[in-house]
Amino acid sequence: MSMEIAIPQPAERETYLNKEYGVWSWLLTTDHKRIALLYLISITFFFFIGGFFALLIRLELLTPAGDLVQADTYNKLFTMHGMVMIFFFLIPSIPAVLGNFLVPMMIGAKDLAFPRINLLSWYLYIIGGVLMLHCMLTGGVDTGWTFYAPFTTNFTNTNFIEAGMAIFVAGFSSILTGLNFVVTIHRMRAPGLTWARLPLFIWAHYATSIIQLLGTPVIAVTIVMVAAERALHLGIFDPKLGGDPLLFQHLFWFYSHPAVYIMILPAMGIMSEIIACFSRKRIFGYSFVAFSSIAIAVFGFLVWAHHMFVAGMSVYAALVFSLLSYAVAVPSAIKVFNWTATLYKGSIHYDAPMLYAFGFLGLFTMGGLTGLFLAALGINVHVTDTYFVVAHFHYIMVGGAVMGYLGGMHFWWPKISGRLYPEGWARLAALIVFIGFNLTFFPQFILGYLGMPRRYYDYSHMPEFQVLNVLSTAGATVLGVGYLLPMIYFLWSMRYGKPASDNPWNAAGLEWKTASPPPTFNFDEEPVVTWEAYNYEELDAPHTEEVRVAR
Amino acid sequence: MSTHSSSSSSPLKMYFAVFFALLVGTGLTVFAATLDLGRFNAAVALGIATVKATLVALFFMHVWHASEKLTKLVVIGALFFLLLLLGLTMTDYATRLWS
Repeated sequence: MSMEIAIPQPAERETYLNKEYGVWSWLLTTDHKRIALLYLISITFFFFIGGFFALLIRLELLTPAGDLVQADTYNKLFTMHGMVMIFFFLIPSIPAVLGNFLVPMMIGAKDLAFPRINLLSWYLYIIGGVLMLHCMLTGGVDTGWTFYAPFTTNFTNTNFIEAGMAIFVAGFSSILTGLNFVVTIHRMRAPGLTWARLPLFIWAHYATSIIQLLGTPVIAVTIVMVAAERALHLGIFDPKLGGDPLLFQHLFWFYSHPAVYIMILPAMGIMSEIIACFSRKRIFGYSFVAFSSIAIAVFGFLVWAHHMFVAGMSVYAALVFSLLSYAVAVPSAIKVFNWTATLYKGSIHYDAPMLYAFGFLGLFTMGGLTGLFLAALGINVHVTDTYFVVAHFHYIMVGGAVMGYLGGMHFWWPKISGRLYPEGWARLAALIVFIGFNLTFFPQFILGYLGMPRRYYDYSHMPEFQVLNVLSTAGATVLGVGYLLPMIYFLWSMRYGKPASDNPWNAAGLEWKTASPPPTFNFDEEPVVTWEAYNYEELDAPHTEEVRVAR
Repeated sequence: MSTHSSSSSSPLKMYFAVFFALLVGTGLTVFAATLDLGRFNAAVALGIATVKATLVALFFMHVWHASEKLTKLVVIGALFFLLLLLGLTMTDYATRLWS
């Protein structure tokens, strides 16, 4: 699909980017679009910090001997990699950046329901981030991102309290984002925009917000309990004091398993938008895809103990959770099948966002199917705490969520910046990311199946694992290049990119009916929606006049 | 968002009454901790805490008299998910071989 190029206008139009200038106009803004950009800068910073730790991990594993870092340092590296990537990049990535930017525009609203709470959420994120940075610079934490009791409560000498506080505070930022989305989607939809007409991106964010609201308080309480037991020796998790260490795992995974859906559901929302646009078709089975988001949010809360099959929980409970874990595959599969059916006989265009969408489809499917392996009790026992699990969740979180995030960034970049990115470079980057990702993580499935445990810095007793580890490290290098490229050309395009028209993809959705970049309050007049979502057949029909609601 | 003041002539008076009830609840919790009630220790403490949490939700969070459907949805949703947490955790605790 060729992108339209707008003819530059003589007088500069007022947009959210040029309405005010200066640092304070950004730091005190309540405009959801500016807050989205504040989040974009912040999460990109943490992505590269987390990526740096990943690089060191992969370099250490290049050789079987533990020769680059000490064992203690390695423990800290994978802990800080996990904590930074999960709590400071993946969880806020799509909701706080693209969700913040797009949710009000997609429903025809001027802003989110609580703009100041939106800004507060960013400040809480930053306070959490500063605490985490301080914790890293003063020695880091070696508990693993899962910070299991009793290691965290009784044994570790590292500063878990500070890392826990960082996650606690950042959690509230996530709760506030979810709260804002739920109220906004319920109360601020444009006239005519019924639930059945909502873009699937909105359905996905609604489902995500439910998890953020109901799950995050549980991890917050768990952190408080760990801190209370560590500092005050209250008997919650320590058996010597009358506690139960498995209680920690129940509480931790009650949040942390659904947290995976906080990462993947918004990416699924992006997939629906991109696949419909670049197939020029309405999403096949719209209502099934919409309700499968809600089903994933609810079912996601029923499966947590599959992380605990070997931890000593009851066999009966393990059976129940194994069965329920299979159940969550159903709504995920509904989505994948419906996206695939949407492609069928579609007029498919291979632009960069669509390449990321194809990448997502393949990688998420592999991640999801290997999740079914892990739901099976017998296989789970064999591969628990091996690289098989590491590969599985990276296929979901990186292959799924990050591919979705990058696809979404490319799709909406013309709207966000008012500029076009270089399409050729973007397609190349999508290809590099796909190849680099598979080269990094596919060998890890084999390593795990063969028995290489995760979180080991030295595998000199098993030198035959080296070839696969070298492949994985090589892949990580390629993947790193794939991630650097978009950052470079996005920045380049802000100055040198061609000006984008309001709707360069000829896409459906209210966000494309306003200007690129949009004015501060998104629409000059309130839009009235009289059409179904993804009305591509109508849009592509000859002699159709688009309804514009902004200059 | 809600019509919380519709039945009360002085919401401030009501807030202080609830606050006083919460203080009494805290006193009761401390007092109950000094008694050895055997297997009922936890049940009594949790019972008092539940009453206090209910007071906070009903009056300070304006769930009492809330006419807004969304508020009701949030309350029902939160209770449902709490039930999931407790219920599914009990599938482990009720059937684990403790020996």
